[in-house]
Amino acid sequence: MSKPIISVRGISKQYRLGSAKSQDTLRDQLTHWVKNLARGESEGATESFWALRDVCFDVKPGEVIGVIGRNGAGKSTLLKVLSQITEPTEGEIYLRGRLASLLEVGTGFHQELTGRENIFLNGVILGMTQAEVRAKFDEIVEFAEVGKFLDTPVKRYSSGMYVRLAFAVAAHLEPEILVVDEVLAVGDAAFQNKCLGKMQDVAKNRGRTVLFVSHNMAAVQALCGRIIHMGGGRVLGDGDPDTQIAAYLGEIKKPRTDTAVPLGKIVECRQLEFNPNPIVSGQPMEFTLELGAKQRTQLIDCAILIYSVYGQRVAILDLRKPTGQFPIAPDQPFRCTGRIKNFPLVEGDYRIGLFMNCSEYYSDYHDLASLTVSAATKEGELAPYAAHFRGLVELECEVKF
Amino acid sequence: MTAPEPHVNELADYERVIRPKQGLVAVDFDELWRYRELFWFLAWRDILVRYKQAVLGVAWAVLKPFLTMVVFTVVFGKLAGFSEKKGMTFETYAVLTLAGLLPWQFFANAMAESSNSLVGSSNMISKIYFPRLIIPASAVISGAVDFAIGLVILFGVMLWAGVSWHLNLLLLPVFFFVAFAAAFAIGLWLSALNVRYRDVKYIVPFIVQMGLYASPVAFPSSLVRDKFGDTVFFLFSLNPMVGVIDGFRWGVLGAAFEPYWPGFWISIGVIAALLVSGALYFRRAEKTFADVI
Repeated sequence: MSKPIISVRGISKQYRLGSAKSQDTLRDQLTHWVKNLARGESEGATESFWALRDVCFDVKPGEVIGVIGRNGAGKSTLLKVLSQITEPTEGEIYLRGRLASLLEVGTGFHQELTGRENIFLNGVILGMTQAEVRAKFDEIVEFAEVGKFLDTPVKRYSSGMYVRLAFAVAAHLEPEILVVDEVLAVGDAAFQNKCLGKMQDVAKNRGRTVLFVSHNMAAVQALCGRIIHMGGGRVLGDGDPDTQIAAYLGEIKKPRTDTAVPLGKIVECRQLEFNPNPIVSGQPMEFTLELGAKQRTQLIDCAILIYSVYGQRVAILDLRKPTGQFPIAPDQPFRCTGRIKNFPLVEGDYRIGLFMNCSEYYSDYHDLASLTVSAATKEGELAPYAAHFRGLVELECEVKF
Repeated sequence: MTAPEPHVNELADYERVIRPKQGLVAVDFDELWRYRELFWFLAWRDILVRYKQAVLGVAWAVLKPFLTMVVFTVVFGKLAGFSEKKGMTFETYAVLTLAGLLPWQFFANAMAESSNSLVGSSNMISKIYFPRLIIPASAVISGAVDFAIGLVILFGVMLWAGVSWHLNLLLLPVFFFVAFAAAFAIGLWLSALNVRYRDVKYIVPFIVQMGLYASPVAFPSSLVRDKFGDTVFFLFSLNPMVGVIDGFRWGVLGAAFEPYWPGFWISIGVIAALLVSGALYFRRAEKTFADVI
């Protein structure tokens, strides 16, 4: 029995929330200190929340582990603590191998530099030595399929080329432990498959240990031998993929009990509802979205994302306003309602996320709600095929024979 | 993470523990050494980006110190009559000015770049682990190219002015290192404060502007001592650039410009204090960089 390559022992991470009283300018901080000195008071308590709470698990060398959980479950925080980007508040982690993390593709890429220069820069940033990058240079270029453009600044690359190059560098890291956040969501389908193949190769043929966060259940199921299911900063389940995925899909069908789900540091989702839910396929549906904000910002883009159970994006509801942005503030929420005439999806469960772009940041947020579509009853016709034969979209058509 | 090809049998003796650190955290020099390639690559990136528009980049590095020298020499040497007061020719005064400008401009640029470096690398900090000290340090070193170009101009002006060449010139690398330490020390403080407090970025241009007059750039520091006496000069020397510039001038112009050593050591002491306290503050603050940046 080999020693675990990663031992996570009672890890907790507390974040302080910025309250209205917090000092984020040096001037405010100095006046604050002077006032407190005059009054002889100590620092007041600040609001805080636990992003991780008493997380424990062991990983054996060569294991490929998927980490799943709702938005805000603590998956990304866990990866950040493992990668030493942020420090745990409590607990200990023992790593018995070098760890490289890939939380984003293309970290440290510089727009003005050429593809060649960026390969070296990014490789070294990700923890390779210059000699290692040189040894793998041809392989990286071949994998990225950017041979002709090596000496072109990456600002002239198409977004596809950029992502391919960035992933290619990361894919050639050879640490004992690889920690990967949802990076496969970028790029086109063909490239995503190539990346999955590469990850499989790294894990199975080279015996690396991989920790992998994803909302794509199909990818998790294909890659991982074990799944850690997280929720509310704790480990809810740990073990065989089928059981854990079933438990997770069960969890997301239940409506969220928390009132507002944070979408990053500033914005929160207060309401995201579909009515009726469950809905009968082909019937009209209404939806309501309300976003709040902890501080004043601009909502630049927003879209509701509809995913299949396995994490395939099916459709989006584009909520941009042609005339511009929405201001959003603590006392000024963003609220919209909409109506879809004939909801055209095949019966089954769908997972609802949001894409949100405010002035400070943007991101996809997954599993904020779920939607159940039930089968339409059609009289006097042939019985429909089973749902899994019919794909995801129900097209209305008239056929002549 | 930087060692080549891992071997499975190495696993047994490699162990890293991640746990919350309490109180003061010492600088981990072993780790910094392991990450030295990243340090050079970041400096290389900054230099490459700066000189990508090659003509403009180099021309600016030449023109900025040269034109400033001309203006300062005319204004302070001629109009204010400092060169007569110290019994110097106009040409020597030009060399004196340039010998003050080069370390000053290096310091001002390096400190400003370094102060903004962490905020400018927020993306890297929130996605990758590496010793954060590398970022302000590499930002300082990337200003060295401008400085090297400035040295070439200085040697040209020295030839034109006909000043004699001294063995003291060999000490210039030492004084460059002191200037580096000064810029890095202040960069450590300001870059870490800049992550936490939004208004720090407005302080930096102010320091640069005031510093130019509070440092003996356009005039020899002996003028201050002649006029106000030793006590005021000691206070003046609390500005770390006083020691750096005096040392630099001594290197370029020789014995006639030997620094007033007590003042010089005060400056060096201030730099050392800022460096140690800056490193400790930085290490303490870096735990939360990824959370607040």
